[in-house]
Amino acid sequence: MSQASFEEMSAADFFYRNRDIAGLSNPSRSIFVAIREAVENSLDAAESQKIPPDVYVRLSFESEATKDTQVYKLRVEDNGSGIPPRFIPSAFGQVLYGSKYKLKQARGTFGLGGKMAVLYGQITTHQPVLVTSSTGQEKIYSFKLMIDIQRNKPIILDRKVLINKANWHGTIIEFTLEGDYLRAMPKIIEYFKQTAMVNPYANLTFVDPKGRLYKFKRATTKMPDPPKETMPHPYGVDVELLQRLMQITECTTMSGFLRQHFHRVGDITAQKFLEFAKLPANKSPKKLTHEEIVRFMQNLKNYKDFLPPDANCLSPLGEELLKAGVMKELQPEYLVVHQRKPSTYEGHPFIIEMAMAYGGGIPKRDNFIIYRFANKIPLLYDEASDVAYRVISSMNWKRYKVHADMPIAIVVHICSTKVPYKTVGKEFISDRPEIRREEANAIREVARQIQHFLARKEHVHNEKKRVSIFSKYLPKIAEFSTMLAGETKKPDVEKLIKSVQKYGSEES
Amino acid sequence: MAQKKANIIGKKQEVINELKSFGSSIYKQLDQGTFPTVTMPSRSTENINYDPVTRQFILGEKSVGRSTRNIRHIKPFTQLAWVAMFSNQLTSQRKTSTLRDVYYSAQAFEMTFQNQQESNNIITDLETLTGYAREDFSIFPEERSAIFGDLEIGYTVPGYEGKTVNLTSHPDGVLIGPAVTSSEFIKTSADKVIAIEKGALFTRFIEESVHSKHKSLLISCGGQAPRQTRSFIRRLHDELNLPVYILTDGDPWGMHIAQVIISGSANAAHLRDLNTPDAVWSGVWATDIVDYKLPTDALDEVDIKRLTELQKDPRYQNDPIWQREIKIFQKIKRKTELEAFSRYGLTYIVDEYLPTKLEQKPKENNRKTGKKTA
Repeated sequence: MSQASFEEMSAADFFYRNRDIAGLSNPSRSIFVAIREAVENSLDAAESQKIPPDVYVRLSFESEATKDTQVYKLRVEDNGSGIPPRFIPSAFGQVLYGSKYKLKQARGTFGLGGKMAVLYGQITTHQPVLVTSSTGQEKIYSFKLMIDIQRNKPIILDRKVLINKANWHGTIIEFTLEGDYLRAMPKIIEYFKQTAMVNPYANLTFVDPKGRLYKFKRATTKMPDPPKETMPHPYGVDVELLQRLMQITECTTMSGFLRQHFHRVGDITAQKFLEFAKLPANKSPKKLTHEEIVRFMQNLKNYKDFLPPDANCLSPLGEELLKAGVMKELQPEYLVVHQRKPSTYEGHPFIIEMAMAYGGGIPKRDNFIIYRFANKIPLLYDEASDVAYRVISSMNWKRYKVHADMPIAIVVHICSTKVPYKTVGKEFISDRPEIRREEANAIREVARQIQHFLARKEHVHNEKKRVSIFSKYLPKIAEFSTMLAGETKKPDVEKLIKSVQKYGSEES
Repeated sequence: MAQKKANIIGKKQEVINELKSFGSSIYKQLDQGTFPTVTMPSRSTENINYDPVTRQFILGEKSVGRSTRNIRHIKPFTQLAWVAMFSNQLTSQRKTSTLRDVYYSAQAFEMTFQNQQESNNIITDLETLTGYAREDFSIFPEERSAIFGDLEIGYTVPGYEGKTVNLTSHPDGVLIGPAVTSSEFIKTSADKVIAIEKGALFTRFIEESVHSKHKSLLISCGGQAPRQTRSFIRRLHDELNLPVYILTDGDPWGMHIAQVIISGSANAAHLRDLNTPDAVWSGVWATDIVDYKLPTDALDEVDIKRLTELQKDPRYQNDPIWQREIKIFQKIKRKTELEAFSRYGLTYIVDEYLPTKLEQKPKENNRKTGKKTA
């Protein structure tokens, strides 16, 4: 590895040397990330076809590696769309190859995580990855692959074709990797639990190296509409993207280019914008100089009259499914959910969904329990750096008669075509004013409802207590006065007790 | 004397009737489907007035209502009904009980009182409501006062009816308990009552035969005299026409022990006949400290504060002696105890001080009691 050849570094090589940025920084984190990436690919693959996902994950012990690490075999099966055979080698054997370059809401953003996990497996154990997939057609394809790291190319070690009698569709990947499961375990289990919370239509099964089975069953087969693919919005592009679009475009005029490749740009908007940017409408996009491209992009950002992005490229969970998921995993006494209307930051549409749950299965802590999700992925690290944490901490909770030591869980879900993660590790959302505002409005809404619930609860409690006092003492007064007066028959106090029951019918 | 006996039995019956009628009132209200209510005089400070005629504190016109409709009233109301029922049982069965007993007995009826104070308050409510003292309901506090002297009494308590005893029969004195307070007076050779603040001096007086030398009934108050003892002193005064002399320590507290026997306490403003307005405080006065050159201690801050309070107290306005003594205490800033006379020998208090005091007082005493005794 000490070769000093710098002529070119492949993408695989780059990520191999910088694997920290994908979260593969240490043995326990790596095993968590590998499972997470594989599961998310599987969920995306099923959801894109509106198939309720069935994801089976098995991690098994292979051998001891070092004092603190072991070699494990990870197997992930799904019932998703499957991968056409010709794409399989590249999909798993070439970094930065993927289906996620178009703009729509998806769990990953780079098409990177899954392959990084495979790459990590290869460099720690020198074993190939086994991929079996079918799109439901008559054949099942099975590949044994390795990555040529320096050239960033898949090496096919073996290829099998099987008959698909049962019309199975889905993908199975299996590879070995080194890691520290025992230390990663709490996060992994938490990851499955939280994933189940925002994917209530998925069956998740995990078998850990000790043979323990964790099963998260779906609560519904209803699924959100899959996101539609969309063009980038003019406010959301950068120079790099512009240049690439200009390379691939078949348009010969700027006006056509704008209409063809940008979200919500029509004839009139294109015309007005080109006037604003002082560009001839019939100029060929391929003939723009570098300086012109930069100016073009700046004008795109400065022009005020583009229509806001459409949110149909987003696939929020929806209030009903969010409710089902939180109910299923947390079993609270009371739950409120709220979905905000679509909003945008820097040309990227996003939607905030918020849930607040009280009591029941939710434990009392010194502080609220916060569950954060982005595009249905649980965010498990760096809670205190997340904008949601700041929004929640800066709320004036006293106004809502809510205290930090109440058994309360708050669920925040942001979905966007581009989730504004602060770091490549994708663990927390950066503090942008548009997002902060939406989250604050969402939490105020659910907090108001929780406040009403708490007030009602307290009222009912007081009422019950009041009635119970009358029910306790009136019969005694009857008993004592009967004895004192030397009477034999106790007076009937039931009517009096009934008369103080304001909520008699509700409570009985 | 037969007339007196009828009184005691008759009073028991009155008490029982009073309790029963309270029960019937609740029962009727419940039976008619209404929330029972009860009204009684208010015992709040502003409703407690000093009555110069009866020379004691009495309750004014204000009254308070308790309604079972009110969530805050229903529990004390129930407790009141229970105490009434319990007292009725005790009195009818001619049994007695202590305040502590009441507190615990309530638990058998799932009528837990939060503490002794709560149950005591409810008993006070029942006193206020009926106008009878708790001793009349057969509920007694812990005993600590005693009597000694030539008085023959006839018991009325169950199992002792008709038995008599002379109160000189036990040299330690006889405990003033339910049996003594409910007894009838048969005969006595005594012509006065001497109430003494402290048990030690009471014993000395018995040893020195003060009861025969001075023809007196001796009472040990044991500090602040219990209500039944005060009530008993009143009976001795009213029924036997005996003047009452009180001996206490020479300090503001002793002075007030005497005052409560004479004028009663604000806490018992709802009750009658617990005080003996004609009783006299014989000493130890502040004047005596000076006259007899008694050994003393300095008055401390609390003592001085107490003197200021007593100075304004309406009970201390009706006889010039109180104001005079308070002023002297304030001037000499010293206090003393009954035992201080021992500096002149153990018998000095009996041989010298007491006779002087008994001689000193009767004039004033006769003037006061003259109209009442008949």
